[in-house]
Amino acid sequence: MSRRDWSLHLGLVALLFALNWILPAYHHGVVARVMVLAVFAMGYNVAFGYTGLLSLGHAMYFAAGMYGTGLVALHLEAGAIPAWFAGLGAGLLLALVTGLLALRTAGVSFMIVTLMFAQAFYLGILYFGDITHGDDGFVVPNAARRVAEVALSDAGPRYLIGWALFSVTMIGTLWLVRAPFGRVLVAIRENEDRARLLGYDTGRRKLGALVISGGISAGAGAAYALLFGYVGASFAGVQYSIFALLWVLLGGAGTVIGPLVGTLFMYYLVDLSTEVTDAYMLIAGIVLILLTLFMPRGITGALRQVWRDLP
Amino acid sequence: MSVILETTGLGKSFDGLRANNDISFSLPAHQIRALIGPNGAGKTTFVSMLIGRLTPTEGVIRFDGRDVTKLPAHERVKLGMAYTFQITSVFGRLSAHENVALAARRRLSDPAAVAQEVAQALGRVGLGDRADAIAGDLSYGHQRLLEIAMGLAQKPRLLILDEPTQGLAESEVESFKALIRALAAETTILLIEHNMAVVMELADHITVLNFGEILAEGSPQEIHANPAVQAAYLGTGAPDAED
Repeated sequence: MSRRDWSLHLGLVALLFALNWILPAYHHGVVARVMVLAVFAMGYNVAFGYTGLLSLGHAMYFAAGMYGTGLVALHLEAGAIPAWFAGLGAGLLLALVTGLLALRTAGVSFMIVTLMFAQAFYLGILYFGDITHGDDGFVVPNAARRVAEVALSDAGPRYLIGWALFSVTMIGTLWLVRAPFGRVLVAIRENEDRARLLGYDTGRRKLGALVISGGISAGAGAAYALLFGYVGASFAGVQYSIFALLWVLLGGAGTVIGPLVGTLFMYYLVDLSTEVTDAYMLIAGIVLILLTLFMPRGITGALRQVWRDLP
Repeated sequence: MSVILETTGLGKSFDGLRANNDISFSLPAHQIRALIGPNGAGKTTFVSMLIGRLTPTEGVIRFDGRDVTKLPAHERVKLGMAYTFQITSVFGRLSAHENVALAARRRLSDPAAVAQEVAQALGRVGLGDRADAIAGDLSYGHQRLLEIAMGLAQKPRLLILDEPTQGLAESEVESFKALIRALAAETTILLIEHNMAVVMELADHITVLNFGEILAEGSPQEIHANPAVQAAYLGTGAPDAED
């Protein structure tokens, strides 16, 4: 990896770190939230952007992390760290099981199968309302929202934990897509038949990619539950699967910083248009259409045309 | 010479259409074998079964003495079979270097060894100076050569080339022939080819398919003189008239 790549990515990490002391309170909170959601988007990007697996069900992995963590904290009174790992484990397991089944299909069928799995998961949350509190969701007990003496609900620690998770995930995915494993994922995205005939077991690699992708998404969901304290069924709904797709598409699929750019852009787009009008989704929709028309490869993709080596 | 590839009673039906019927075929190591036949004779069906892209309806495929009939394609490739597609199938948005590196990386883990292998394979097909080009930007002929370089970088024991000279300029065909001759020392080559000049010049041995069955086998001279082969090519002209 070139020095320029490192300086770009480490520069971004450093900038986000510094913003902790610079941003005014409101934007400080927004950026903390965006960084956690961007981790979800980066997870999605491993499957969609790098491997070409267009899933419409990633909300279930995010929600598996969120509920895995939240339910363990609520019912078993687990601490923050074990609860986070419980969420991560739930997401990895769910990704493995759904991946084994869904990856028997490809293309449009894969989209539909993942969408159906996610809907089943969502309806499952509503159905088992005794445990999950159904539509209302629940507030994560404060006892689970602290590590040692640090309260995760405080603005400072919340921001820094979001930043740490974001940074580790970004550097991790950067490493992953530069490693031989990641190169093969790109080859599968570009031409699966050819990759198979170079001797790569593409089925197993796609499963690996989906498990990594689901695991990262679940890690984000688990952190979201701990940092923001609320677990709700809406996070498992189809709109969160679509959000992940939109964030990645807007930022630039198959780029490492694209998911952050897309998430940040869309968050502020919705946020600012809400101030202007009640019909904020109309404004968001029009901007999205314009962006896809004029930047078909997303914001980072457009930059990449100028700067070819952008990962 | 030891036999590297052998099929016994190999057949394939597509919904009642008999594409290949009872093909028993034997390929000795280090031979350059050409597989010819009129359009629709079942050549691509046959090699697709060899590499594992199609499952035979019946029959057995042995590679290096081992029954590979039920192995998936990627396992066969790991055993030492390589296949270049009839329709150019490179990774169009990746560089020529990365295309070949993907082929080399499956068996080499050291980046320096991969880089060396890539440089060597690209050099042998004459694309040494195009390593950084995006594969999709290369001319059609160069993409064909890139495919062959991807085959070489796998260091296969059997290289199956499906119509490799299609779309090559005459000068490129000349260097292709020299390359294949040089390769015969290190690997076995199964060549599906329409260009009869190339076939007659390169092949040690020729197998002719017609209507999904083996019509004739023999040296280029024997095939050239075979009345059944000439009859099969009637309508498209005798084989030597095709180039």
